[in-house]
This record gives sequence, structure tokens and C-alpha cells, in this order.
Amino acid sequence: MAKQYEFSSKGLPYLLVLPQMAIVLVFFFWPSAQALWQSFFVQDAFGLRTQFVWFDNYLKLFRDPEYWDSFGVSAAFAVTVALSSMGIALFLAAQANKKIRGASFYKTMLTWPYAVATMVAGVLWLFMFNPNVGVVAWFLKDAFGVEWNHLLDSTHAFLLIAVAASWKQIAYNFVFFLAGLQSVPATLVEAAAIDGAGSFTRFWRIIFPMLSPTTFYLLVMNLVYGFFETFPIVHQVTGGGPGKATSILIYKVWRDGVVNLELGSSAAQSVVLMILVIGLTVLQFRFIERKVTY
Amino acid sequence: MKTRNVWVLALAALAMVAMSCAPKPPEPASIEFWHAMTGKNGEAVQKICDDFNASQDVYTVTPVYKGSYVDTMNAGIAAFRAGQAPAIIQVYEVGTATMMAAKGAVKPVHVLMKEMKEKFDPKAYIPTITGYYSTSKGEMISIPFNSSTAVMYYNKEAFAKAGLDPEKAPATWPELFEAARKIKAAGYEAGFTTNWISWIQLENFSAWHDVPFGTLSNGFDGLGAELKINADLQVQHLTNLYNLSKEGVFKYGGRENKANPLFTGGVVGIHFESIGGYGNMKANCKFPFGVARLPYYPDVANAPQNSIIGGASLWAFEGKTEPEYKATAKFFTYLSSPEVQAFWHKTTGYLPITIAAYELTKGEGYYTENPGLEVAIQQLLNKPPTANSMGIRFGYMPQIRELEDQTWEDILADKIGVKAGLDKIVTEGNIKLRDFERLNK
Repeated sequence: MAKQYEFSSKGLPYLLVLPQMAIVLVFFFWPSAQALWQSFFVQDAFGLRTQFVWFDNYLKLFRDPEYWDSFGVSAAFAVTVALSSMGIALFLAAQANKKIRGASFYKTMLTWPYAVATMVAGVLWLFMFNPNVGVVAWFLKDAFGVEWNHLLDSTHAFLLIAVAASWKQIAYNFVFFLAGLQSVPATLVEAAAIDGAGSFTRFWRIIFPMLSPTTFYLLVMNLVYGFFETFPIVHQVTGGGPGKATSILIYKVWRDGVVNLELGSSAAQSVVLMILVIGLTVLQFRFIERKVTY
Repeated sequence: MKTRNVWVLALAALAMVAMSCAPKPPEPASIEFWHAMTGKNGEAVQKICDDFNASQDVYTVTPVYKGSYVDTMNAGIAAFRAGQAPAIIQVYEVGTATMMAAKGAVKPVHVLMKEMKEKFDPKAYIPTITGYYSTSKGEMISIPFNSSTAVMYYNKEAFAKAGLDPEKAPATWPELFEAARKIKAAGYEAGFTTNWISWIQLENFSAWHDVPFGTLSNGFDGLGAELKINADLQVQHLTNLYNLSKEGVFKYGGRENKANPLFTGGVVGIHFESIGGYGNMKANCKFPFGVARLPYYPDVANAPQNSIIGGASLWAFEGKTEPEYKATAKFFTYLSSPEVQAFWHKTTGYLPITIAAYELTKGEGYYTENPGLEVAIQQLLNKPPTANSMGIRFGYMPQIRELEDQTWEDILADKIGVKAGLDKIVTEGNIKLRDFERLNK
């Protein structure tokens, strides 16, 4: 039994969490409440004329087939990014965890992309896939005869932002997976080896289940990343195009609110996203954490 | 003791009378000017403000860079909502309708100048430029600042290789299509490309052919306007571009100004871009290039009419103090002087806003060295503007442009036909226009 620490004064704990709570209130609760409030109005840019419209902004959204398209694109994008970046990161972490020469060098290199700003990551990949001067575009043309054109081909555009977003996230996942792998007791793995389990069986029957808390945590974090933090990549690389093929929800919120100045609709969209992220978090804490085998 | 007090009081009263009779020196004021100009253009803004501050010692204008056009406009809106608006803000042309509809937030320039008793002659300005920012009665609402228009750029080397006359650009669209085919045949990947499908190939295209982009003088006469771009001429033009893209003669290069590398990199031989990009072209083209007028369809009765502008203008906010307004008015006057305009024009490539500034620059022989800039001005001055060529004034203009970009990409990707696509832009665009009308009635 761990020793319990107790505060002598009742007020002290509250005082200690106060700064953090103040930040949360000012930067999270207050804007969220404002978004919720604004989502029931339509308003001109300057706030000179305001009409209360009940749930009109929401109804308009849900009746708009293009909003559902955007929903579908976002979901497909988030799942693609989560699965590919986690899969690759897990593979790399498993390799880097082996006793090989220069392991720490690999580890450092593989963590590095996390330090790259998301916007910059977008630009890097944009250059490589530029149909005229990009290395990858040239390679695809020469080796496979693929005419890369993300300006008009919606599949190409989707792949491009998915690759850029995944690449950046691999580093983050790698760090967690590596830490997870290192905390798998060597005795268990060795015992399995003595019992005649091959490296494949050892990984899938022992190591992977032991990693499941990490995996589920990362799954939620990656989905949130795919839905919310990939805005700079879309903004920089495709601008939501071609057509509306890569107009993910978070990009649409920004576009409608900041460029188009449709504040009511943008607020309603951000409330929908807020509900989505709350849902994911609840899922993580209530449902998934309980079912995970530790 | 008592008499002394009386004397003091009398003297004080006398002094006060004397003070109120003497001409009051203007009250000094310091104002902020929020803008979106970077690099060389940002330095030019700084210099104009510095020179204005040095030219008199009552008012100070401080330029503040606020990021992109979108960022600057949003910063201004947020500041206004918080009661902290700057005196002057630069707003890009698609924000014009939003600003004009914001009665109670912006102070129209013609009102400002009148109230501040500042000498102001709207006739001194180039009509196509000021018209864009004036009411249909001709009252100036904002001061045009950086104005540009769309022109054709062509690679003289490519023309020579294709057996075309490098000193003679195609004047009509059919001629251009032929020239573009020859350029492709001469070994270029494609013949031509364009920036800004919305601004150049629809807005400027319609004005240049004197056909409506929308009803009610393209929105100048009221918020009830509707889009008209699914008419025969626009359908025909985009169909031509679509067919040529299938033929490999036209190459799509992306939204806004993203097609530039296709021209500067020698992938195509002809390009459409703003005259504001002239400096960029000069810096990046490793071949001699020419600037020419926009082509037109010769079977259209009034073509060529005049092209329209893009860029941004300067707005004054409501709710400032009198000295601040005085400073703003003085600054606008200073900004419009021929010398300042000529400096701005020559440094940035943006067009001068007054006829005097144009003539001053011409007199200096500047256009013999930079003929491209004069092409743009002459294109604007080609004919007095009509209801179709004053400009475009629609609410939610960013949405309409976005709709045009998206649909054009869908057309090129064969997801929708040309006519059906333009119909879709009109239908969905009109919904946006009605939303804006309802909100701003």
C-alpha cells in the first residue's frame, strides 16, 4: 500500500490547482461557451446585426450533403492517418528496440520529424510531389508511368495529405511504442522463447497484448490528430481541393469562420467537432481503458 | 485684498477670451494604419508613412503589419468589436461588400473628407479604379491603395521557337489558341495556363467583353443581385479552355496564383496573371517576356471594353476622435498626391490611382523601360466603364470565388459538365447572395 499524502490545510489543494483551472477556464471553457452561444445566431462580421435562429445553423449543416461528404472525408482521413502512422511506427519501434549497432542514432533520427512544424511538413511533401519539379513525382512517372497530379486528381490529393500527416505523426507514435516495448519484461519474452515460440508468435502473443494500453491511447490521440491538428497540412498543400475532395471538417470551420465570415455556421461546426472530441475522450476513459489487458 | 481678487479674475477672463479668439492650433494625433503588405511592398508602406510624418509635425501615422489580407481583415473586425479599431485598415477587394454593408462600422471616405473640410476631387482619380470602391452614385467609400489588373504574359523565346512574332502577342482568343497549339508543337509541355480562374477568366473576362457577371450592375445597385455567369459567352469560353486542357494545350496550375511556376519554369509559353506580379516575373523568368492585353472574342459586340481591378483599398472606421479623423484625411490626401503615387507605382508595380500620377510617371519616360505597366493602365482606361465593367460587388465574395475554383476543378476532372458546372455556381452562389442580403438588410 502506497503512503497517502495529506494536506494539512483544506484550502491549499484548491489554491494549487487554481492557476491551472484559471488557464482552462479562460482558454477552453470561455471560448467553448462562446462558440455554443454563437451557434444559435447569425451575425454579420462586425457584430452590428444579430438574429437569433434557434437550431437553424445546425439544421442547415445536417441538411447539406456536402457537410456529410466533408464528414466522410475527415473520418477516412483520420483513420488512414492513424492506422498507417501507428503501423509504421510500431514496426520501426520493434526494429529499433533490437540490439543493433547505432540503435540510439536511429532512435534519435526517427524521433526528429516530431520537431518539424506541421505546416513545414506539408511544404516538404508538397515539394517532393510537385508535378513539375518534385523528386517523387518524377520517380512515379519514370518508374510506374503514373502522372502525379494532385491539383486535379482527388485520390492523389488525399494520398498526399495523408502521407504528409502520417509522416509527421510516426515520430510521436514511435516514442510511445518504444517506451512501451522497453517496459515489456524481458523475462516474459525469454520464457516464451524457451517454450519454443518464434519471433512472430512472441511479438503477437506476448509483446503486442502487453502494448495494448499504449496502442489504445495512441489510437485516440491519432484520431484526434487526424481530425483536428492536420489543418496546416490541408491549408498548405491542397486548400481543400480539388473540388472539395480534401475539405476536412476542421479546414471547413476555419474557412467558413475566418475567410468567409459566416460566424454562426462556423460556430455550429466547431460545436459539432467539440462533441466529437468529447465523445472520443469519454470512449478512451470509460470504455477502452477498462477492456484493455494490462 | 478683495479688489486684488477681482483684478485677477478679470485678467483670467480676458486671457480666456483672447485664447478662444486666436486661431486654434490643430490638435496633434497619432493613428495606426493596419496593412497586409510584405517585403518590398511593406517597405514602401513604411517609407510613405515616414515621409508623411516628416512632412508635418502634427500627425503621426504608424503602419502595422497584420499578416495576410484575411488576417488583417479579421484583426480589424476583432478590434472593432472590442472597441479598439485602428484609424485606417487595408481590406482586399473581395471584402469590399462586407465593409460597405457594415454601416456604423466604417466611415465613407467622401463623408470623412467633407467633415474634415479636406480638399477632395473624386474626378482626379482613375474611374475604373475608384469606381470599384464607390457607390453607384459615384461617392467614394474607400481609398484605393494597391490596385492591379489582369494581363497576359508571354514568353518571347517560346514565340520565336514556335515561329510566332515575339513582338506581337495574340489579340483575340482564337489567335491565342492557335499560338498556344504552335507553342506545344514546338516542344513545350503545354501552350498556356492561367492564375485566378475566378478573377481573371470569369470576372475580368466578363467585364472585358461587356457582359454581366451578375445583375444590378454586378451588385453595385443593391444587395438583391444574382449571378449571371452561366450565360453563353462564359460557357463558350470555359468550354474552350476545357477542350484545350483535354488536348494538352491548356494546363491547369492550381488556385489563386499557384500557376506561376508553370510560366516562369518554361512549362508553358503564355500565362495570365495580375500586373502586381510583374516584379516577380522580372525576377524569376530566365527568358525575355512580354506583357499584353487580355485577348477577346472578336464576335462579341463591345469587346474589348475595359478590365477591372483587384488588390485592396483603405478604410476608415467609425467612432474616432476629430483629431484622428483630421490625421486620416490628411494622410489620404498625401497618399493621393502624384509624387507619392508615382513612387508607389514604380516601387511596387501596383497601378497609380490618379491620372496625374500616371502622367507624371509617363513624363519621366518610365514606361519605355517598363512597357508592361502601361499596358495594364491602358487596359483599364480603354473605354469609360459600363454597368458590366465597373467591378464586382457581391457579399460573401470569398465563398463565390471558392465555389468557382472548386467547380472548375470538378469540370477539368470530368465530374461535371461545363454548363452544368456554371449553373451550379449560379444556383449555389445565389443562395449565398440571399443569405448576405437577409443578414444586411
